[in-house]
Amino acid sequence: MNRVAFAALLSYWRCHPVQLAALVVGLALATALWSGVQAINSEARASYAAAARAIGGDDRPTLFPIQGQSIPVETYVSLRRAGWLVSPVIEGRLEVGGERFRLIGVDLVTAPPPALDADALETDVDASDTLGTPGRLFAPRDLAGRLTQSDLPPVVVAPELPAGIVLADVGVVTRLLDREASLDRLIVLPDQPLGRPPLEEIAPELEQRAPGSQEEVARLTDSFHLNLTAFGFLSFAVGLFIVHGAIGLAFEERRSTFRTLRALGLPLKRLVSLLAVELFAFAILSGGLGMLLGSIIAAALLPDVAATLEGLYGATVDESLSLRPAWWAAGLAIAVVGTSLAGAGAMWKVANLPALAAAQPRAWARASERTLWLQAGAALALIAFSGALAIAGSGLVAGFTLLGSLLLACALLLPLWLSVCLHLGRQMASGPISEWFWADTLQQLPGLRLAMMALLLALATNIGVGTMVQSFRLTFTGWLDQRLAAELYVEAEDAQQAEDLVAWLQPRSEAVLPIWSSELRLFGAPARVYGVVDHQTYRENWPLLAFLPGVWDRVEAGEGVLINEQLSRRENLSPGDPIRIDLWETRVAGIYSDYGNPSGQVIVGINELTRFDNLDRRDFGIRTEAPAELERALREDFGLASDQIVDQDALKRMSQEIFERTFSVTAALSVLTLGIAAVAMLTSLLTLANLRLPQLAPVWALGLTRKRLGLLELARSLLLAVLTFAAAVPVGLLLAWVLLTVVNVEAFGWQLPMYVFPSDWLTLGALSLISVALAGLWPAIRIATRPAADLIKVFAHER
Amino acid sequence: MNVRAIFALVCLLIFSPGSVGAQGFAGLGSETEGFALPEPNPEFIFPADHGAHPDFRIEWWYVTANLEGPDGEPYGIQWTLFRTAVRPDEAESWSSPQVWFAHAAATTRTGHYVTERYARGGIGQAGVTAAPFSAWIDEWEMSGESVASVRLTAGSSQFAYDLSLEAQGPIVFQGEGGYSVKSDEGQASYYYSQPHYSVAGTLTLPEEGEIAVTGSAWLDREWSSQPLSERQTGWDWFSLHFDSGEKMMGYLMRQTDALPYAVSTWIDREGVATLLPVGALSAEPVEHTSVAGRKVPTTWRLQLPERELDIEVAALNPFAWNDTTFAYWEGPVFADGSHAGRGYLEMTGYE
Repeated sequence: MNRVAFAALLSYWRCHPVQLAALVVGLALATALWSGVQAINSEARASYAAAARAIGGDDRPTLFPIQGQSIPVETYVSLRRAGWLVSPVIEGRLEVGGERFRLIGVDLVTAPPPALDADALETDVDASDTLGTPGRLFAPRDLAGRLTQSDLPPVVVAPELPAGIVLADVGVVTRLLDREASLDRLIVLPDQPLGRPPLEEIAPELEQRAPGSQEEVARLTDSFHLNLTAFGFLSFAVGLFIVHGAIGLAFEERRSTFRTLRALGLPLKRLVSLLAVELFAFAILSGGLGMLLGSIIAAALLPDVAATLEGLYGATVDESLSLRPAWWAAGLAIAVVGTSLAGAGAMWKVANLPALAAAQPRAWARASERTLWLQAGAALALIAFSGALAIAGSGLVAGFTLLGSLLLACALLLPLWLSVCLHLGRQMASGPISEWFWADTLQQLPGLRLAMMALLLALATNIGVGTMVQSFRLTFTGWLDQRLAAELYVEAEDAQQAEDLVAWLQPRSEAVLPIWSSELRLFGAPARVYGVVDHQTYRENWPLLAFLPGVWDRVEAGEGVLINEQLSRRENLSPGDPIRIDLWETRVAGIYSDYGNPSGQVIVGINELTRFDNLDRRDFGIRTEAPAELERALREDFGLASDQIVDQDALKRMSQEIFERTFSVTAALSVLTLGIAAVAMLTSLLTLANLRLPQLAPVWALGLTRKRLGLLELARSLLLAVLTFAAAVPVGLLLAWVLLTVVNVEAFGWQLPMYVFPSDWLTLGALSLISVALAGLWPAIRIATRPAADLIKVFAHER
Repeated sequence: MNVRAIFALVCLLIFSPGSVGAQGFAGLGSETEGFALPEPNPEFIFPADHGAHPDFRIEWWYVTANLEGPDGEPYGIQWTLFRTAVRPDEAESWSSPQVWFAHAAATTRTGHYVTERYARGGIGQAGVTAAPFSAWIDEWEMSGESVASVRLTAGSSQFAYDLSLEAQGPIVFQGEGGYSVKSDEGQASYYYSQPHYSVAGTLTLPEEGEIAVTGSAWLDREWSSQPLSERQTGWDWFSLHFDSGEKMMGYLMRQTDALPYAVSTWIDREGVATLLPVGALSAEPVEHTSVAGRKVPTTWRLQLPERELDIEVAALNPFAWNDTTFAYWEGPVFADGSHAGRGYLEMTGYE
């Protein structure tokens, strides 16, 4: 009996392949983008986690110097000798054949497991060879092949090491980096002995940070991943609109089948179970399909994401995608959950169905006006909620929640907007056809409601994200012009060459501007201090957002410093506020914008730079009238290597490349969302086409040709698209505003002015009209070419 | 397992080459090359020889103590500092080939607490100086004016001890004047002991808290460069303090193709040591205990006809398994029979 009943239920789909396609495609698309984004996120997070593990500090507290950068080996030994079980880590960059690798040194003897899994190494390693000279380098497989410089220690392939990391004994790394025997941080090991004295007694110059606080990469990149997740969720929601429509219609149309089955003695419970099984099967099937699509999307986007993360945050992400079992499970689960959400209402109706209820597909499609007002009420509630969130909430998640609820509210209001417009149109209509057109469109609205909401979401997202990216691009380009005022930038090999360089350049250029810096920790996070000389270049060009009067004189006199916008927002510092940098108590004289950099930055007068350790004095900016000639002279006469000089244009180009990459993923995702919305439109129109025959047949019988009817159908789709687009523009601008003033500030620490680009909207509007036209074309053609017999049948079959 | 486990394997090699060969960790069997080798008829120079001998491959400072609380409750502690050189050359700072590791344990009737430490040579995290004497790794140390009077400390997150050890007799040379032969193929080490320590101090345990303890301790000093013979799979080693004031050290090197290679030294009340002929000591397991998935003999019958010794030696806690990177059994024992007393038993190579 189960089999027969199930076959009867399934036979519906055989007769309605378009609805079946709508259901499968909707679910697959919903799952695809969502799971694609999740695959990217989990790949990136796995890379961070592996990196943290390799450093040996995944979940361990760590000791850092409060000031300065390094910890003397003696401090490490005195901690150990006081009963503090800690293990040292040093870190640096290794340059091989023009490529830079992250080199991490751990004490292979005291490092906490699993620093390196000796069993997983590809070749047997003698313990005695890993220490001392030459030692061994451990690297993941893809890196090992590239570390072929002859003066490097032999490389051992360690497949479990994270991407981009070369590991070796602390002694080997100290030698390779050619640095004094000192350490960067100390990992606190588990199971510390009884009676251990407090840290202040042994090493007051160190501070202990809780596990995770050193995972700055993970913290910084969170915003980026949340961004991706938000997009994945958005397209999931759009996909669900499609599914909801397809399921609701299919259930409504099968009422007569349900009735027959019930009349034949199929218990209600059994019927509901069979329908649940059917939906579950669809969810698994389409979910699986979506996962395949998702993995393709993820594989296609991952290189860009990896490049962005590397460029923006210095985080290395494995570019090859590995799909974890948890990802498959989560993806299929979300497909099932989505299907249940989309089908819950329909299932509930069936469960409460009187055995002999008649099928009412038209009634279903023509949901009552009450729904409109219910939706509007929900929208108002959501708007109130976002208002409350905007006032009380803080943080990135709140920002995205605000964004989500605003978008949803706008989507819910859309049917009301369309209905109002159509009513107006109807009032202005003259002539029977025109009146019929408006009335019929109005009557169709409930059926197309979900598709139009999906379109609105997609369009608004595109406008919003487009506006954000463009505003950012404009601001960023202007800022680059200001900031990169020197014509040439050079980096000397060492202090001696730097001195010679300055002496050589003095008579040959307008000005030589040192860009000297020191890395230190500020408010517990890594930051960089730059020293600048007093020069017109800065006074004229440097992009200041807020400053005290005579700001450059103050900086020059050592009475104040400049800080970047990120630091000022994070620590809530304004011009005039006191600030302590290392041991120096001074004041904030000004705040400058500093895009593309997640860390804090400080600019001090060059004379004050001597207060800090580990000065890097090798970088200079050069002002000159003839950059090309000077560059050639530097290379040929002075003998600088070509990678030591970079001109302004090249630097701008590089910066802009990083910028473009950062948003290429976002752009790709918003286009994909638009595609999904077009599919939603297509499937809704197709599913409605059959239902509409009883409406069209009388009009045809009154003398309207099928061709005319088809054209009117197309015009109706375009009209709805235009109205939706008109609504999408303000919604998109609202979205952009929230992105720029709330989300970006939380995510990156900078606020950007908003610029609008109406020409972009026109393009997008044209694009959406084309996609809607394409989506509406097929149903229109079907109507135009419908055999007359079909239309006559309507009268014969009239219920 | 991390790279540290590689070092454990280096150590295992010295403890028991058979098992290392079985794990395919090749290449170290013949590497005594470049290291100094023990020679017969050694002349020890003190206090210098209490210090480290970096030109030898492996060396240890091994203290075991039988203690009792104010109520007569017996306890035992172990303190061992190992030095191993991964290469014969010496170098500074991180380049030093010396790797140190240490084990500390405390044993009660029902509990056994053990912990281990690792350290790099060359940076001062671990080391030994002869005068004034100090052997240390991290915060653990055995230090004093001389070896005759030292403070011994160690601990973990569970237990700790702080003991003072005072030598009540002379140093005793094991083997032929300190040249101790380990097999009939000639593997040997330098080996001397200080078995005459009296002990007083405190022992801190997780359940019992801080306990004032007194007792006797035994220091073994041994260094060598040679692994055991391929045929030897492990050893059973006894150090016993008899109530009569006499002491005995005995070990059996278990061999795959022959009876155990049994060596014993008898120390009389005045501290005069006599090396007994190979095979004079016989030791037979009486009872086994299943511990850490292995069957380990924890009660033994020891016979030494030349000293009219016929005793049963039983573990205070048969579960005294040192679950360290390389694992072995080590714990306090009590002797009963012709001679009553107490001491320590160490058993390695039980797989």
